[in-house]
Amino acid sequence: MIENRPILNMISHAVLILGVVIVALPIWITFVAATHDPVRMTQAPIPMLPGGYFWENFTQTLFGGGLSGTESAPVWRMLLNSMMMALMISFGKIAISLLSAFAIVYFKFPFRMGFFWLIFITLMLPVEVRILPTFQVIADLGMLNSYWGLSIPLIASATATFMFRQVFLTIPDEMLESARIDGAGPLRFFWDILIPLSRTNIAALFVILFIYGWNQYLWPLLITTETDMTTIVMSIKQMLEAAEQSPQWNIIMMTALLAMIPPVFVVVAMQRLFVQGLTETDK
Amino acid sequence: MASITMKDLVKAYGDTEVLHHIEGDINDGEFIVIVGPSGCGKSTLLRMVAGLETVTSGEISIGDKVVNKLEPADRDIAMVFQNYALYPHMSVRENMAYGLKIRKIAKAEIDRRVREAADILEIGQYLDRKPRQLSGGQRQRVAMGRAIVRNPQVFLFDEPLSNLDAKLRVQMRLEIRKLQQRLGVTSIYVTHDQVEAMTLGDRLMVLNGGYVEQFGTPIELYDRPATLFVAGFIGSPSMNFLPAEAKDGTLTLGNGATVSGGGHSTGAVTLGIRPEHLMHDENGPIGISVQMFEQLGANTLLHGVLEGTDTEIVASMPGHVSTGEGSVMRFSAEASVLHVFDAASGKRIEE
Repeated sequence: MIENRPILNMISHAVLILGVVIVALPIWITFVAATHDPVRMTQAPIPMLPGGYFWENFTQTLFGGGLSGTESAPVWRMLLNSMMMALMISFGKIAISLLSAFAIVYFKFPFRMGFFWLIFITLMLPVEVRILPTFQVIADLGMLNSYWGLSIPLIASATATFMFRQVFLTIPDEMLESARIDGAGPLRFFWDILIPLSRTNIAALFVILFIYGWNQYLWPLLITTETDMTTIVMSIKQMLEAAEQSPQWNIIMMTALLAMIPPVFVVVAMQRLFVQGLTETDK
Repeated sequence: MASITMKDLVKAYGDTEVLHHIEGDINDGEFIVIVGPSGCGKSTLLRMVAGLETVTSGEISIGDKVVNKLEPADRDIAMVFQNYALYPHMSVRENMAYGLKIRKIAKAEIDRRVREAADILEIGQYLDRKPRQLSGGQRQRVAMGRAIVRNPQVFLFDEPLSNLDAKLRVQMRLEIRKLQQRLGVTSIYVTHDQVEAMTLGDRLMVLNGGYVEQFGTPIELYDRPATLFVAGFIGSPSMNFLPAEAKDGTLTLGNGATVSGGGHSTGAVTLGIRPEHLMHDENGPIGISVQMFEQLGANTLLHGVLEGTDTEIVASMPGHVSTGEGSVMRFSAEASVLHVFDAASGKRIEE
């Protein structure tokens, strides 16, 4: 809509600015809190302008013991753990769902629709529902306190399989036929034609899955007992309850700030592909 | 180069038979057009030759080899699809080279063949573009280029011109014909457009409802259509069909008028006369109550009904005729251009 009415412009800008303020305020407070010393953060009212302790807090959080008086791992270690988990989950999910969607769309085998519905039904079984049996299995496999244990139970994905199925269904049959005449076998067709054609969808899904993996809370909490394997999201919560002292808001907020950076980076870096992947229909 | 033989070919989906005992021999280097209305099974037949559809029973041979069980890639064929089926993420060059790359042909040889095909089709300057940056006609050329570089024994075309506008279609039609003559590759071309079929084919296979109605040269089909279907399908505007009674070499039309002909038949027949064979003749036996004129410039189409009946009839007259709507005009036709068909079976009765 293109309208040339100054009043309307002003109102819409006011609404937009209000929205930005509402969204940005908590982040601003997080940032401000991460730049003060611990004493200042216990006094009311809480500061609204940055203080001078950013670097001290930064180095203490990232490389030091984090919270003083506890035995938590340094935050760089948690960042690494979270990163490994998120990457393994997103790559694993993409690889498995690409392959299963490929099988379901392009191969005729007995009970094909049966398998499709089996996969689809697992949508109704998120981690929280199957948490006890899953824990038992992972414990029996000796995967507690390992990256495998953190990521494998979360890799199977009905949503992604379903999405790739829809993407593959939009690719015209002639593409497959033409590849067959060119002499491309199934795997060759998969690599040379299907994957490049679903490139943008893969990117969009990667963004969503990375954030999903990064934000996992319950499962890592359950299967990691060693401080070396804790992820950053669960440790923020632990910091709040740590020790019998008042929360050290400067450190906690700095940790939160650091936890935000990788997802933000992924979204910003893949924004263009992400939007294309969700909207593009031209095949 | 190779000949193609179809022997007693049947295609069925479950219990529904869509192609019934197709027989046909295609000579080396011949250009065959399979033509018929939509749903007649022509594309299915082509896809069976390509190996994209399984054969229910019967035999297809390319050269001396029975190819029923071979994968499309092993049949030494190339196919041009209706929507071109170019790989959208590859450049024109990669599109053309893909099949060769899979066959592990040396890079220099691939380059040489792509270059050569691009020169033939005049798409040399587009080699590094993506298909979406090309116009419909250019994509069509790339699709043909992809077929040419393979140097196959057989070209298969599945309605390749139907996505182009009318002018480009005429131009590409000529180019496909020239290209085929130049390369001398056996070709099968599927279309529903009878003009395309007439102009392109060395021989035409007319399919209707999964049966071969007639298989012959365009002129044979025009001059001596074997069935009512072929007679109505080939030629534009299509043939007039008049119910008639044959007796002792005379045909009596629905309004009692008589035309001499049909000497080998008695009883109910259908008389076929092409619009262009109706001659304006004041003493002619066929009277047409004129309803409308269609001016085509070079000639005029006269639409009307046979005098005294409601059988529709079209005559093509040279030059401009525009007066006489509502009146009766009289026509005659020479005995040699009359077609007589059995009214019940629709089969041609030879003179």
